Amino acid sequence: MWSAECGVRSTGLSFPIPHSPFRIRDIVMASYLIRRVLGFVPVLFLITVISFGIMHLAPGKPTDAAMSFNPKVSLEARQRLEKLYGLDRPLHVQYAQWLSRTARVDFGRSFLDDRPVTEKIVERLPITLTINVCSLLLILGIAIPLGVTAAVRPGRWFDRVSTVFVFIGYSTPSFWLALFCIALFGVTLRWLPISGVHSLDYEAFGSVHRWLDMGWHLILPVGIAAFGGLAGISRFMRSSMVEVLQQDYIRTARAKGLPERRVLFHHGLRNGLLPVITILGLSVPDLIGGAVIAETIFSIPGMGRLFYEAVMARDYPVVMALVTIGGVLTMLGNFFADVAYAYADPRIRVGAAESR
Amino acid sequence: MVVSYRGPALRERLLVLAVVLLAAYLCPSTLLAESRPVPGDAIVVGSIGDASRLLPILATDSASGDIVGLLFNGLLKYNERLEIVGDLAESWVVSRDGLTITFTLRPNARWHDGQPVTAEDVRFTYDKLVDPNVHTPYSSSYELVQSVEVLDPRTVRVTYKEPFAPALESWMMGIIPKHLLEREDLNTTRFLRQPVGHGPYRFVRWKTGELIELAANPDYFEHRPYIDRYLYRIIPDQATLFLELLTNGIDLSSLTPLQYHRQTGGPFIARSYQKFRYPSFGFTYIGYNLQDHRFSDARVRRAINQAIDKQAIIDGVLYGLGAMATGPYPKESWAYNPDIVPTRQDLPAARALLAEAGWTDHDGDGWLDRDGAPLRFTLLTNQGNEVRRQVAELVQQQLKGVGIDVKIRIIEWSTFVHEFIDKRRFDAVLLGWNLSRDPDLYDLFHSSKTKEGEYNFVGYADPEVDQLLVEGRRTFDQGARQRIYREVHRRLYEDQPYTFLFVPDALPIVASRFRNVVATPIGIGYNFIDWYAPREEQRYKRLSQ
Amino acid sequence: MPRLFRNRMVLAGGVVLVLLAVVAVFAPWLAPHDPLGVNLADALLPPSAAYPLGTDPLGRDVLSRLIFGTRISLVIGCIAVGISVVVGMAVGALAGFYGGWVDAVLMRLVDTLLSIPTIFLLLAIIAMDPAEQLLQLGRLPLVGGLIAGLLRVVDPQIVILMAAIGLMSWMGVARLVRAEILSLKEREFVLAARVIGCSSWRLITRHLLPNAMAPVLVSATLGVGGAILLESLLSYLGLGVQPPTPSWGNILNEGRVALGVAWWLTLSPGVCILVTVLSFNLLGEGIREWLERQ
Repeated sequence: MWSAECGVRSTGLSFPIPHSPFRIRDIVMASYLIRRVLGFVPVLFLITVISFGIMHLAPGKPTDAAMSFNPKVSLEARQRLEKLYGLDRPLHVQYAQWLSRTARVDFGRSFLDDRPVTEKIVERLPITLTINVCSLLLILGIAIPLGVTAAVRPGRWFDRVSTVFVFIGYSTPSFWLALFCIALFGVTLRWLPISGVHSLDYEAFGSVHRWLDMGWHLILPVGIAAFGGLAGISRFMRSSMVEVLQQDYIRTARAKGLPERRVLFHHGLRNGLLPVITILGLSVPDLIGGAVIAETIFSIPGMGRLFYEAVMARDYPVVMALVTIGGVLTMLGNFFADVAYAYADPRIRVGAAESR
Repeated sequence: MVVSYRGPALRERLLVLAVVLLAAYLCPSTLLAESRPVPGDAIVVGSIGDASRLLPILATDSASGDIVGLLFNGLLKYNERLEIVGDLAESWVVSRDGLTITFTLRPNARWHDGQPVTAEDVRFTYDKLVDPNVHTPYSSSYELVQSVEVLDPRTVRVTYKEPFAPALESWMMGIIPKHLLEREDLNTTRFLRQPVGHGPYRFVRWKTGELIELAANPDYFEHRPYIDRYLYRIIPDQATLFLELLTNGIDLSSLTPLQYHRQTGGPFIARSYQKFRYPSFGFTYIGYNLQDHRFSDARVRRAINQAIDKQAIIDGVLYGLGAMATGPYPKESWAYNPDIVPTRQDLPAARALLAEAGWTDHDGDGWLDRDGAPLRFTLLTNQGNEVRRQVAELVQQQLKGVGIDVKIRIIEWSTFVHEFIDKRRFDAVLLGWNLSRDPDLYDLFHSSKTKEGEYNFVGYADPEVDQLLVEGRRTFDQGARQRIYREVHRRLYEDQPYTFLFVPDALPIVASRFRNVVATPIGIGYNFIDWYAPREEQRYKRLSQ
Repeated sequence: MPRLFRNRMVLAGGVVLVLLAVVAVFAPWLAPHDPLGVNLADALLPPSAAYPLGTDPLGRDVLSRLIFGTRISLVIGCIAVGISVVVGMAVGALAGFYGGWVDAVLMRLVDTLLSIPTIFLLLAIIAMDPAEQLLQLGRLPLVGGLIAGLLRVVDPQIVILMAAIGLMSWMGVARLVRAEILSLKEREFVLAARVIGCSSWRLITRHLLPNAMAPVLVSATLGVGGAILLESLLSYLGLGVQPPTPSWGNILNEGRVALGVAWWLTLSPGVCILVTVLSFNLLGEGIREWLERQ
């Protein structure tokens, strides 16, 4: 992809540009990146149109969950409510209204409880971010050493066992594991709480006690989320390290008589980590997403449940806001990954080294 | 010889005192404590859903309803014998012609900010209920109101365009404070998340998706509730909710029949909880599309009624925790017709009825058919209801026994309502109704209520029943209404627009430390302010700020 | 080729999968009881000689239901992945081969669909109840006959599930195929074929795609595992396979309400899912390793 879209050919550009602040490489890269950013706009637009279409074409109205089949609520009352929410206007008009509001970063009010969507999202974001970041850190903390150690001795016992271990994590249905862990650690052993994020007496705790309380509650959700995510990063780390360790400069370093530790960490890991970092860039949008099943089982008021409940209740403003934000973040993640790829491409690095 | 009696000697007195003290110490403390309720403790309630709006006229989901019921009162309420009694209203008078109801409010009801609850608040509540800009779905119950007048701060007169008996029930709606809300936009006000009520409990805080906390109102007009705090925990998963119960994480919840029967028999539950059962005010039924040529013949419907073994369904799916239904009223309702005997399963009679309607197994393939087409239909029900799913599967199996081929489809709720019910694109549906105590069934069975989106989606139209339904609403005379609704019950049972299956039991479970909890036809919560936990058994000692 | 089978992961995964396939095919002979046979008297019995894995709330044998559930899981997994591979290869090949605006448009489409959360798309598809639309499609001439025939054999809901999961996952395959085709395009044999006068269609199908199969194979194998997990998730939410058809996710869903009383309803389907998905994943990883060594 890189080579097809940005051809840095060694046969071009042979005239000198004396004392230019920008090197050719930078200009070419900048134009590439700008083109990428511009390419995001139609994608974002398409995302919102498709989501809007799906939400509205799916049968059901926001007023259903509570009001249909409630004998106290007449048809006229329901119709009046639909009109109040603007649901009786044609689709493209509704979309245009949504678009103009969103352009002003006004996501409107939720149909479920008439609160500003932004408020609802901001309320739930911290806990989701906390869980995702903790889970990511845990994954990195385990997967990177695992991958490196496996790469150093590929095909041996440790490699095989760790592979199977991470794959078990990847293959287990998380909701099943969650229920089991709760039943084991929460009911039988009574070591951990069953659900929730805070104890009932949270308000009366001092701040240290509060942190500990929250940590205690998050052990299972973070642990289970991490267990499922180990496979991706550890396998990637492993294959990246295997490739790096086969490079010439590693052999050179070893031939030079450097201690294995230095070879591994200073030369190997630095280069091996690069692809992993770019992968991390791609998982930025996932940081605000919540796993709806885990959040339901652990009673965590997070983004996943917000989204699921909004979809089921046809709460259009919330759904559209979340899809849009998710789309923007995905674009950003892709963007940063592209930037990282660009800088990591060996041709560019080699070119930079030569011009130094 | 005269012996002067100087009374028990000191030593004897001390002995008696010692014996009394020893007895008091040895006796189970509950014997002494039970007689005197003490304040304190908190009750933790588990709920699947979170509340959305804490205002009575806007509360549509059950969680909001639970909370609002403790923060606000209506003018009237039901007592444990299902009689209408005064709540905020001390007394009320219905005029002879049935067109006006005059309520007299009690003098000592106060809002949680100290202001008295007055007739102005009642009128304000009505104004907002019928305000077209307020997102309230409850306006239809007040359509027939002509005016609401404030005669004096404690008296309200409501005038109707025509007599409307269900009106009394409509005035059980929580009354909202005029002085706090008159300048607010009710749809978006902060009040919805920080309500100020007048009921037995005061609002403390709401952590979205997690917890709602209420505290006892010391100035409540009946008496201060004994339980200090009410903690409403939101636990969206059924399995997790049950596991919390197993670790004393929650004190009050509702059990499924399976949980009641099989999972709560152990010694731990017996020690820590008390289980209750009482018939709920709803029923599960099979509704037929009466426009469909197969179901327009009443004999087919009656035959299906006879082919289904309802007791087996109750025993198998509800573990016996329910009763057979013969109509839309449970036995506890005064409108229930006790002369109607539920039909037992009678397969030969069912087959005979079907044969009369032209359905027999002509081609010997095991299924009934007529004019070459087999008797096959799809039974729809909604996603998310375990009990209904199992009932559908049992019905499928039972009807197979008479040669009727039933297919089951489970559909997500919104889709179900819009694509199938509203558009009448169904053969038969398996659903339930939760009805109010007032026996008015106009919206369900009157022939005018068959528009798209209305509740007579089966399309029942019987002119005599129509007449009865109209009359039943127009008189306040309970004797007359009882005759009318018993006749409606009888007619519905004969015509079988629904096959009434069963009335399930409500199965609440409460931590055993709470006393004064009694199961009545109205439920267990009617005397919630009298519940208490003896001091030595209280779990949550701290009071909220 | 033999080297492939010497890879222990491939071996382990492969053996398990062959066993599962055998179970799926011979289900009616292997299952001790009728998986649909309701028998209230025997409801919620723990594992015993008569019912090796216990019974569910309606008295049906769990082992028999699991055996028949194997069919559902494998069929859904394989066909869903099949759909995603076919669509993905088509889109990827077109994008990679023609480049230019075709590439740009198709890749934007891929980016868009990748940005929409999976749950959302799935929920929307399922909630829209396209099963009904599908039944209507059966009335069309020609194609309708095929569809109607298919629907008689397979429940429409299952068809929808397979299509939905398949259409969720073709984007990854498309990207893979595109990348492969882009790099293959510059090779000599392509140039040679063009000189001979090979048509584009032949070029793509006979020469380019077969060489691009390798990473697709890996992705497909891993994808089956993912599809099975997704199906179990949907059935757990109640949106997947409909009763009374047994599926592993279904049985888990029933076990949820009986947790604490019937551990066997939760343990066995979970283990089945775990072992199956693990086998597919090991197989896929093994193939990838073998390919890397080539």
